[in-house]
Amino acid sequence: MNRIKELFRNADHVQNNGLLNIYFTAGFPELNDTMGVLRALQDGGADLVEIGMPYSDPVADGETIQKSNDRALENGMSVKVLFEQLKDMRKTISVPVLLMGYVNPVLQYGIEHFCQKCAEIGVDGLILPDMPMDVYLNEYKTIFESYGILNIFLVTPQTSEARIRLIDAVSEGFIYTVSSASVTGSKSGVNANMESYFSRLNSMNLKNPRLIGFGIKDHETYKQASGHASGAIIGSAFIRVLQESQDLEQDIKSFVREVKNYPETIEI
Amino acid sequence: MEAIAEKKSYQVDSKGYYGTFGGAFVPEMLYPNVEELRQNYLQIIADPSFQKEFNDLLRNYVGRPTPLYRANRLSKKYNTNIFLKREDLCHTGAHKVNNTIGQILMAQRLGKKRIVAETGAGQHGVATATVCALMNLECTVYMGELDIERQAPNVARMKMLGAEVRPAICGSRTLKDATNEAMRHWINNPVDTHYIIGSVVGPHPYPDMVARFQSIISEEIRWQLKEQTGKETPDYVLACVGGGSNAAGAFYHFLDDEDVRLVAVEAAGMGLDSGHSAATTALGKPGVLHGSRTILMQTEDGQVVEPFSISAGLDYPGIGPQHAYLYDSGRGIFMSATDEEAVQAAFELTRLEGIIPALESAHALAVLGQLGATTDETVVINLSGRGDKDMATYMKHID
Repeated sequence: MNRIKELFRNADHVQNNGLLNIYFTAGFPELNDTMGVLRALQDGGADLVEIGMPYSDPVADGETIQKSNDRALENGMSVKVLFEQLKDMRKTISVPVLLMGYVNPVLQYGIEHFCQKCAEIGVDGLILPDMPMDVYLNEYKTIFESYGILNIFLVTPQTSEARIRLIDAVSEGFIYTVSSASVTGSKSGVNANMESYFSRLNSMNLKNPRLIGFGIKDHETYKQASGHASGAIIGSAFIRVLQESQDLEQDIKSFVREVKNYPETIEI
Repeated sequence: MEAIAEKKSYQVDSKGYYGTFGGAFVPEMLYPNVEELRQNYLQIIADPSFQKEFNDLLRNYVGRPTPLYRANRLSKKYNTNIFLKREDLCHTGAHKVNNTIGQILMAQRLGKKRIVAETGAGQHGVATATVCALMNLECTVYMGELDIERQAPNVARMKMLGAEVRPAICGSRTLKDATNEAMRHWINNPVDTHYIIGSVVGPHPYPDMVARFQSIISEEIRWQLKEQTGKETPDYVLACVGGGSNAAGAFYHFLDDEDVRLVAVEAAGMGLDSGHSAATTALGKPGVLHGSRTILMQTEDGQVVEPFSISAGLDYPGIGPQHAYLYDSGRGIFMSATDEEAVQAAFELTRLEGIIPALESAHALAVLGQLGATTDETVVINLSGRGDKDMATYMKHID
């Protein structure tokens, strides 16, 4: 069974805190850091990991992730190199792994070839924000399904109810809930507008669980988000940890632990 | 009926595609904005009050119709009949304003309060800042940090017009990065902002909408040519192509006249094989850029390659999806001109006709010698812009 589906199926009775999905850019800070970062995330307690495939023109990303993309590309990262780095990951990695990226490099690699490679390596899902839903449904869905790869869709505060229903109907795994109208890394925290948007989603009784991303950066925001969904996604804040780290393994583990287990008794 | 059904259409289909090119490859954050535009643009354009205001502004503000001028000395030199469509005489100095007038009226009717745009050389930025001043809308223009340094006079014009010019500081810091930043700005301001794209690029419906606003160029060419020659179709229409908005406008009403040869001239930069070029169809392959499936310059891994041209307006790694389809279907003839050839052609036109063209338009002039047009044929060249902005470059070539 697909690891993402399995995770969400078991999640309710395993824990109550909310699942933590962490994004990092492949080949960042150094080309060969990919596997080390992935392992440290798993060891620190991340429930899912989203590996970003760097792209020259990441329109949905803010400055932090853009710069990590630029750096990773300078380091020599590419789809081919990434698949090579990940080829034996399932010997040590048991958490669900998603690849996130823009559609052009995937098209150039070849969608079918790409899905086949993902299945071979043990990648569970893809997040391709600029792949239109109709193109996915008409051209690629059967390919994704034949290799057991989930395609994760996004919803935003501007997504209409009808479209949310449509996305829910064609989604499997989870729905990536973008917290506010923004690119990655611009704002943080949950405000009153978001509360009503999250409540609206909750009241829709969707069949898919949701993870909330954009603006999640620490224990506080993770906890807030988890109160409104099955968990949260952290991206830019984690990239900043990688940027500043002198000891990747230690810093990654303590970041994840802090986000998940920051003592409840400490109030701000 | 069957004959009609089989007739090839070069216009956008109901799903937003030109053959396999086009579509709307945008992240979900942009979907509602693009969808709002898609659902409304045809109806708004068709509205008589829109048409009246648009045509009135084109006539009395932009200065249309622009002349179709028979260039006698140039014709003599190339032994054919050359007409110049004088878009360089438009207000703000280029065809760009046809589109920004149309889009600002569109933005008003959609209830938008603010405008964002990208610009390379600054011509589209100036044309956008101009209509924002005219309509009293707040204007933010993104421009690559490198282009801001290279195009100081246009930056000053935009500022004088009241626009805020923001630098794109990531990536290659040129047009494609300014486009990325404008898209991000739109993601961050989805409700009250309209994005005025400057070319026939971007997600559907932009390529079609911009082409419609620019189609006034070929509409005028037809009746002006008829008036002057008795025949409304020429044998050739020539235009330079970066993203391709002036070419789209010049080709628009000739697309179905298969005997009119549509010639798109790309910027070869320092040469096709030099590694410093912007000739997209010669060097690119199909992929997705800035929201549409088109032809773009890219690495084997699908990373977008930074183009190069002496002309900042042609310095773009893709082309509009309609042009990709014209190329792919063979309807369009794609040629290229190097930096040096373009500069020579600019001097030639200046000395023969007393018209200093923009470096972009000079690329179209540069292929005249290779066309093989005969003495009884007619060639229309879209002179998309004037050369004032390029004087610093031209000065280097004056002894």
